[in-house]
Amino acid sequence: MKEESKRSIDKASQQMIDKAAKEKVKLSWDRLEDMEPQCGFGQLGICCRNCTMGPCRIDPFGEGPQKAVCGADVDTIVARNLLRHIAVGAAAHSDHGRDVAHTLLLASEGKAHDYEIKDVEKLKKIAGYYEIKTDGKKKEELAREVAEASLADFGRQEGEIKFANRAPAKRVELWRKLGIMPRGIDREIVECLHRTHMGVDNDYKNILLHGLRTSLGDGWGGSMIATELQDIFFATPEPIRGKVNLGVLKEDLVNIVVHGHEPILSEMAVKASQDPELLEMAKKSGAKGINLVGMCCTANEILMRHGVPVAGNFLQQELAIMTGAVEVMMVDVQCIMPALKDIASCFHTQIITTSPKAKFPGVTHIEFKEEKAYEVAKSIIKMAVDNFKKRKKERVDIPKEEMDLVAGFSAEVIHHILGGRFRATYRPLNDAIISGRLRGVAGVVGCNNPHVKHDWAHLELVKELIRSDVLVLQTGCSAIACAKAGLMKPEAGFKYAGYGLREICEAVGIPPVLHLGSCVDNSRILIAATEIIKEGGLGDDLSCLPAAGAAPEWMSEKAITIGMYFVASGVFTVFNPPQPILGSKNVSDLVCSKLKDLVGGYFAFESNPKKMAKLMINHIDKKRKELNLKPVMYKPIIVKT
Amino acid sequence: MSKIVAGAAMRGARIVVDEAEKLFNQTIKEKGKDQEIEFPETAFYLPMAYALLGIEVKTVGDIEAVLKEAKSLLRDEPKDKLWLPYLGGALDSGIATLLAEEIIVAIRYLYGKEPQADCCGFFTDTILRTLGIQLVDGRMPGFAAILGAAPDNKTAVKIVREFQKRNILSFVGSNVNGRSIIDQLKEEKVEMGWDTYIVPYGRDTVTGVYPLNWAIRGALTFGGHKKGEALKCLTYCKERVFAFGLVLGELDDLKYATGAGAINMGFPIIADTDIPEIRPSGICTYEHLVKELDHKRIIQRCIEVRGVKVKISEVPIPVAYSAAFEGERIRREQTYVQFGGKFSKAFEFVKGVEADSIEDGKVEVIGPEIDDMKEGAAYPLAIYVETAGRKMEKDFEPILERQIHNFLNEAMGIFHMGQRNSCWIRISKDANKKGFKLKHFGVIIHARLHESFGKIIDKVHVKLYTKEDDVKRLMPEAEASYSSRDERMAGMTDESVDTFYSCTLCQSFAPNHVCIVKPERLGLCGAYSWLDAKACYELNPAGPNQPIKKGRAIDPERGEWEGVNKFIYDKSNKTLERFHGYSIMSNPETSCGCFECIIAILPEVNGFMVVNREYSGFTPAGMKFSTLAGSVGGGAQTPGFMGIGKLYVVSKKFIIADGGIKRLVWMPKELKAALGEKLKKRCAEEKLSLEKIADEENAVETDQLMEYLTKVGHPALKMPPLV
Repeated sequence: MKEESKRSIDKASQQMIDKAAKEKVKLSWDRLEDMEPQCGFGQLGICCRNCTMGPCRIDPFGEGPQKAVCGADVDTIVARNLLRHIAVGAAAHSDHGRDVAHTLLLASEGKAHDYEIKDVEKLKKIAGYYEIKTDGKKKEELAREVAEASLADFGRQEGEIKFANRAPAKRVELWRKLGIMPRGIDREIVECLHRTHMGVDNDYKNILLHGLRTSLGDGWGGSMIATELQDIFFATPEPIRGKVNLGVLKEDLVNIVVHGHEPILSEMAVKASQDPELLEMAKKSGAKGINLVGMCCTANEILMRHGVPVAGNFLQQELAIMTGAVEVMMVDVQCIMPALKDIASCFHTQIITTSPKAKFPGVTHIEFKEEKAYEVAKSIIKMAVDNFKKRKKERVDIPKEEMDLVAGFSAEVIHHILGGRFRATYRPLNDAIISGRLRGVAGVVGCNNPHVKHDWAHLELVKELIRSDVLVLQTGCSAIACAKAGLMKPEAGFKYAGYGLREICEAVGIPPVLHLGSCVDNSRILIAATEIIKEGGLGDDLSCLPAAGAAPEWMSEKAITIGMYFVASGVFTVFNPPQPILGSKNVSDLVCSKLKDLVGGYFAFESNPKKMAKLMINHIDKKRKELNLKPVMYKPIIVKT
Repeated sequence: MSKIVAGAAMRGARIVVDEAEKLFNQTIKEKGKDQEIEFPETAFYLPMAYALLGIEVKTVGDIEAVLKEAKSLLRDEPKDKLWLPYLGGALDSGIATLLAEEIIVAIRYLYGKEPQADCCGFFTDTILRTLGIQLVDGRMPGFAAILGAAPDNKTAVKIVREFQKRNILSFVGSNVNGRSIIDQLKEEKVEMGWDTYIVPYGRDTVTGVYPLNWAIRGALTFGGHKKGEALKCLTYCKERVFAFGLVLGELDDLKYATGAGAINMGFPIIADTDIPEIRPSGICTYEHLVKELDHKRIIQRCIEVRGVKVKISEVPIPVAYSAAFEGERIRREQTYVQFGGKFSKAFEFVKGVEADSIEDGKVEVIGPEIDDMKEGAAYPLAIYVETAGRKMEKDFEPILERQIHNFLNEAMGIFHMGQRNSCWIRISKDANKKGFKLKHFGVIIHARLHESFGKIIDKVHVKLYTKEDDVKRLMPEAEASYSSRDERMAGMTDESVDTFYSCTLCQSFAPNHVCIVKPERLGLCGAYSWLDAKACYELNPAGPNQPIKKGRAIDPERGEWEGVNKFIYDKSNKTLERFHGYSIMSNPETSCGCFECIIAILPEVNGFMVVNREYSGFTPAGMKFSTLAGSVGGGAQTPGFMGIGKLYVVSKKFIIADGGIKRLVWMPKELKAALGEKLKKRCAEEKLSLEKIADEENAVETDQLMEYLTKVGHPALKMPPLV
């Protein structure tokens, strides 16, 4: 097997990996090889650097030390490390949410005049959750109150964060009973750091419970605020067509890749890329126009709302630059490889950082300011246009692969997709599950990871699920992986979906795999699941649903937090690779089994995507049985390849 | 596939909205904005616009707002490739169509072009009040809006006659290539009008809005919904108006579009042509769009798809039929023929099967009919009933089967006793003389099962076997089923389930009373076992039998659970806080007034007595049943007194917290007899000889009782004191 096909199953990526090898440019896969063997203590989660009596590490074979210098045992160390991961993941999503809330506040005060409030209906709905009266208020006034209320949830010291009460009553009751109802988003994160300081919380169960609380503050707090407030700003997504993969970069156009996670600036970049003045300049530089495309979750944000093309997912960020056709890669926060600078230096590509939180030494920084958002965006696009002239034609090599998809499935729009304006409802979805046309629903999300063949686990898992009549909801890099393979085309139902799922796809006109957005938009999955419970007939709690989750190629701490809030919400979730906790039998036992008795959800670690699917399907079938539902109508189909 | 349908509906909507707009512009020009416009005799203006949009159209100018809404609902057809979701858009197009059609016919009224010849046009509010009420309260099972034309006149007549037979109102109209079912029926001299339940509305599809804007007024009038409460009005129609569209002959875009409008109201469409189907449910209760090419089956298919519950008002048999005959005995000398008992092999059996394998209403007698039977003789009989229904479950089989006893007994001159393979049936000489045949058993069972269990049953097919060989051949299947049912209930204990069921049926007269039905303690009326309550919940999820998660056991000995306590607190209007399911002395369960038996403390003898409702004499408690009942009922907790179902006496959970059956010192003879073997067995298990429990022949006064108990050495005397 050729090296490149061991690394990715995506043809476009293989071509660029091959090019990099020829040009001796190092990619993440090469750096992984250089790094191997990787630290076994780290993988097991059994080293501690929390104080300078250490570093300490527990001998996993039981021969060497079993206690750290302070006396912490392996359970404490592993649990503390896990809690720190959770804190970081929650912090990343929530800081994103905070920035959106802050921008909304500025906009409501007329200080961020480039932004307007597009979805007033949603603004009113969200105001309702914050118990803010809407009658007779101007949208700016309402926006200010909503922004202030959501900012208050970050700094809340006592009580409960508001959105957590959107979960089904039974779930909320359980959280309260277990004492894991999040109080304030920031407070829980700070408490993670406190608890893991030397000599504070030593009880792995107590540590983990706080981990669940912190993660809930993300899923039902920071992430949800990010999603909801972005919808208020930029409109709640509706089904929209798009294109995906490196082929969206165009030889005759000025190519700008926006990469990272937040739509606040990229929304402006989308607008600026249509600016007549810039278009004129581009033409003068010999380009036919300006081509703004996305990467990672920034891509998902602007795909969902504008159908902006997606160049690729996490492991394709370096590969996009390898095409030699990217004038500017504008980045904000999260999942931006430090390696970009090195690769860009081999081409004419300019990396431009925009967030004061995320800078690279020696990389151009144009700081984003809400107050002059359009201006900043325009200046960056202008740099790209200027840079077009420096592109070396002989080094340009753009893979031809680009795939169509339909994205834009928000929890709200599902009502309309299924019932129109007058009968807006989830009933057809519930009926489909109850009648056994659909076996259930799965959320498949998460990153790429060079430890797993790029996109392979996502695709194998999702194909396995949909052929077994499981409707798949996706976000993040996982969504991009499946979109590239054509699973998000409505036609995919006829090829890949089981007969029951196919009937639903046909009746409604949807693909068998639905794109719900970026990784903060995992909150949309929580809301959709809650809507299913509300619609009735499938139990009274999220843990009753014939549903399961998976992150088959995860790598970031955000993924751990997402997994945790899904599990804390009652969802069985499968991860690959395993979380770095296997060094402690007790912590692993708690995470992979005993959590079930506490919160209904729990984790499994499995690397084979077919087995992963089997675990999820078994769980779904068990839930169907518990709900006394009819047997599934059809057997899984066999997909000819 | 659905995309084709959605595309057609979207195109159809565009065509009809355009037409409405042209007509509107022309009318404005000719008559002016202020020209009044109305349908005859209605207080609802243009009912569809009034209900869905809250717009009161009084003048031609008012139409503009409705048109604007209709236009905003138009959608682009889905593309051939990479289409966007179209279901919601198709439904929106349907609403646009109904609004536009209503505008068109309203303008036609203004110009005197409606109603069309032979047609009744717009249905007035008077008709709504007289017929509509029957429709929504279930007296009339439903209505069919028939569009198009049948392949031939005979078929057209047959279809409306079949609906007529079932009391289903047929609205007929529209056309296929100019040929309308109205003319087909006219040519065949079928009498049409409100009296005959065959109502012609108009010869084009646009007039199809008449039955629909009639139905939507039902939501406003009978449902109490306000103008503009679109979702409530549409859902009301879905849930209460059992209407459906039957399209005969080819469909054009406008028919699809009108159909999409009907689907919004929960009315499915059935066609006799090869159309793409939409089977997944959600907007309608069941399928949305189905085809049935066989005209013989199309009526049944309509009924199934809409879930119309056909009621057979009168059981068509030659003898009188009423509950009054239930207790009638047929003596040997009055008997013409008999089946079962000790005279021949007989059994009755109900099972659920796939819908396609049986034919509703079919009754077959396999073997000799009554005419071929000798007077005074006994014959073998198998009453073999196959049922089908979307909600039918195996658990319901015994419930349905048990009804055969009542169903047959209510016919005059028929006697039925026992159940399963120990049933015994007699047909009297009088009944025979009046023409009662064996097949009438099937007719009765079919009619009554539909009537009583319409919610779960769509089809009933009865086979009556009267040949020895057949009965012997079929018996093992039934017997296997009987014993598996017994095993299910017999193996069940309160511990083996995590859910009990409530019964609050009697809260109408005992507002705070709640029955907690458990596997080992049936409802106090004796009519509801745990399985029955479970089945009833499934038949009627919002009904009086609700599942109660037991939750944490607070006191397993006394039968106290967290979930039960929480439930009774809520459902007893916060008057009761805890129940001890297995005790009469501490926090006993309450009683409504329907109990089969009363159990009461006799402190003098340190035990309890139990008395059944039928026993009319005095008891050792110094009172008759009727006096005792006064102190037990009403939903109050009275330690020492409790109403129970007979069978609870022989349950292993019978007041175990207070000592169980060993505390039982007195019961009437007839109750002992009624409990029979079960009581003997239960006593033996507890090593209590049955004779130790006194009855009215041994003692009625407490002194006598004490004497008797001492004589026989009743264990209660040696047990710890009750008070």
